[in-house]
Amino acid sequence: MTTPTTTEIVARCQDLFEDLHFTAARKWKEAEEGRKVIGYMPVYVPREIIHAAGMLPLGIMGGGDNLEVIHGDAYYQSYICRIPRSTVELGVTGRLDFVDGMLFPSICDVIRNLSGMWKMMFPHVYSKYFDVPQTYEDEVGGTFYIGEMREFMHDLEELSGKKITDEALRHSVDVYNENRRLVRELYALRAELPWQAPASEAYLVIRAGLVLPVEEHTILLRQYIDAARAETRPIKDNSRIVLTGLFCEQPPLNLIKSLELAGCYVVDDDFMLVSRWLIGDVPLEGDPIENLSKAFLHSSESTAAKYEPNQDEKGQFLVRAVKRTGAEGVIFAAPSFCDPALLDRPMLQNVLKAANIPFIAFKYAENSGQMQPIREQAGTFADSIKLWSAA
Amino acid sequence: MNQPAGKPSLRDAIKDASMQKQKDMMAGHFDRLTSSHETGAKVCSTFVPGNLNELIMCFDMVNNLPEVNAIQSGLRGKSGAYVMEAERNGHSEDVCTYVKSDIGMMARGNIGPNGKEMPKPDMLLLSYTGCFTFLKWFELLREQYKCPTVFLQTPYMADGKITPNMIQYMVKQLKEDVIPTMEKVSGVKFDIDRLRENLRQSAKAEDDLVYILQSAKNKPSPIDAYFGGIYYIGPIFGAFRGTQDAIDYYRFLREEVDERLKLGLGPVTPEGPMEEEKYRLVVEGPPNYTHFRQFWKMFYEEGATVVASSYTKVGGTYDFGFRHDPDRPLETLAEYCLNVYTNRSLPMRIDMLVNYINEYEADGLLVNSIKSCNSFSAGQLMIMREVEKRTGKPAAFIETDLVDPRYFSAANVKNRLESYLQMVEQKRSGASKGVAA
Ligand code: SF4
Ligand code: SF4
Repeated sequence: MTTPTTTEIVARCQDLFEDLHFTAARKWKEAEEGRKVIGYMPVYVPREIIHAAGMLPLGIMGGGDNLEVIHGDAYYQSYICRIPRSTVELGVTGRLDFVDGMLFPSICDVIRNLSGMWKMMFPHVYSKYFDVPQTYEDEVGGTFYIGEMREFMHDLEELSGKKITDEALRHSVDVYNENRRLVRELYALRAELPWQAPASEAYLVIRAGLVLPVEEHTILLRQYIDAARAETRPIKDNSRIVLTGLFCEQPPLNLIKSLELAGCYVVDDDFMLVSRWLIGDVPLEGDPIENLSKAFLHSSESTAAKYEPNQDEKGQFLVRAVKRTGAEGVIFAAPSFCDPALLDRPMLQNVLKAANIPFIAFKYAENSGQMQPIREQAGTFADSIKLWSAA
Repeated sequence: MNQPAGKPSLRDAIKDASMQKQKDMMAGHFDRLTSSHETGAKVCSTFVPGNLNELIMCFDMVNNLPEVNAIQSGLRGKSGAYVMEAERNGHSEDVCTYVKSDIGMMARGNIGPNGKEMPKPDMLLLSYTGCFTFLKWFELLREQYKCPTVFLQTPYMADGKITPNMIQYMVKQLKEDVIPTMEKVSGVKFDIDRLRENLRQSAKAEDDLVYILQSAKNKPSPIDAYFGGIYYIGPIFGAFRGTQDAIDYYRFLREEVDERLKLGLGPVTPEGPMEEEKYRLVVEGPPNYTHFRQFWKMFYEEGATVVASSYTKVGGTYDFGFRHDPDRPLETLAEYCLNVYTNRSLPMRIDMLVNYINEYEADGLLVNSIKSCNSFSAGQLMIMREVEKRTGKPAAFIETDLVDPRYFSAANVKNRLESYLQMVEQKRSGASKGVAA
């Protein structure tokens, strides 16, 4: 087998990204009688459980800038973000008609309320608001979360008619551990040699993991990392920045490309956190559900949708990301009307100020077309960072 | 929720005796808060939905509700400047204006409605019930006050039911986190019998509150269950639930309502008594507070009485039978939080509104959509269509904001209200001619 080039891999990922009929997932389902697909929205669900039930977890990140939203706007006032309306659009236009269940993680009131709307719009499809704890003691939040995960398992068992064994769960945890290791490796490579694995490519490669079976995605990641390392690409005099606030409604791909064109190397970000929500490997020994709970409570990513119980820790994840990746500044990019990202932003900015880390902020929508202002703002920022660091 | 007390422009407004009594209670409460540094009373800030006043009182703490402070700022015409102050300090124009009003008020000296400085909280009880913004709001306050902050998560009632896992989680949080923190901050040992006693008191007032709200089933309705309702819920959603004062107030109010019922009178509005009840409406969503009296007046002028509203359930839903139960003190606190209106799934909210239209024999549903409140607003267009479909009664939409005066367009609101009432008329004349709805 010849190893594909980065161009070939990225082209395939781009096709998957643009395919709003989710052909790859449809094909997976059709390949075997009785297969089921479970959709999920940002920011995190334990995909291991879906996998252990023999089902395909399918990440639904809205409709992006390729989807014409015709019906979705009738469901939302103008002052609500884009992702729920494009998700409704995907639903009512039949693009998700092969999906056997939908999960709405507890990230904000918009997705929360969408969970009830979905139940009414698609009463014959399984749908669940996936509640997670915001308190982090094993005995308290952990017990609740384990209860919620067991209830979810039970629902999936009913859907498939098959029991989910601990063995199957352990195997799934193992498979996802490997996938997460490679995602981390890709992030590390990008931080180290951002010209070899630019953010716009890494984005597509990781995004492919939301629609492909995890095993297939793991191979794809391996191939991309190896190919990206092996190639020689020109080094640019770009500034290294951490991008934050994009954990739910995704920016248009053009926005990421525009930042790169404006002279930024994006060396860390919070796109599609589901792929690296759990930090480090989830242990394979012991009760797999308890292990997933512990990993969620004690070693998972920080984001605005999560409560930070410790004031001293508030926003430190961003400072650490800057240090870890050698970044020179932070760009806050948030979807318009996004409560979690926008309410969190002033606190994070205060932490950055205290740590002497420069930042800028802007808003976007998944269907933003005009990139010129963002490019200009980011370009000026990249230049000024260089001046500061030279001074 | 709200206590529109102390608004200077309401001085010339018509009030009934209960309103005056309510106003005095609220003034007393603000005095307790602003004198806490002299009396040594500890202050616990928390939210209206999921407000555990009975528990807070067990520790001799005074309850401070930032939403109520934002409402007061809205009513007193101060919130616009506060919101802009917060935006100047980096807060987004897109987010909840309650938060920005609160933050802006702090930045400008934190002066309460009685003209005195509001106290710094000794603790923040982050009762995460029915609204995501609460989580960020108290992270923002904690950043400023650096005081102990305790989290109480209310799981969302997404499937229309309360599961044992939800209750156990909440009771555990109360036992392991909330109560120990309160003991530490206040120096008072927790006494479960005291809690039971407070809960017993709550239930008494709750009975009368339900009686009062349900009196709107009469024709004409003796109350306005939105504009007037906001006065009525003040004490029970605020710092008085569980006190004798609340029991007395609701008994007094009940007698007043009974008197109006006996005489066949409609509600008292600031413009005078409602003479003829021409329309009976159900309203979904919070009101606008920056133009509260003007907003109410538009309804008054049209002869439109609100007979039921969802907003009067944000601090607890009592009309389907829930009462605080002294025999299950911690579980009942959990159930109370779980039941608040915004913690109910969208299908539950729709069921409630449909039920109100039918039971209160209303002419239809009016939605006041708040620009900066996702908790209420995301999904309201679907609520409207569903309610219309299920009741055959017309529904309409107006848009304002809670405390940001920039989003109150009087002409626009009036227009929409008038055309909505025309729709109601058409529906009625159609119905009387035997035309199918
Ligand atoms: S973009 Fe923000 S506000 Fe919109 S659904 Fe996502 S988290 Fe919620
Ligand atoms: S978002 Fe809505 S429910 Fe939440 S605090 Fe603001 S006004 Fe209240």
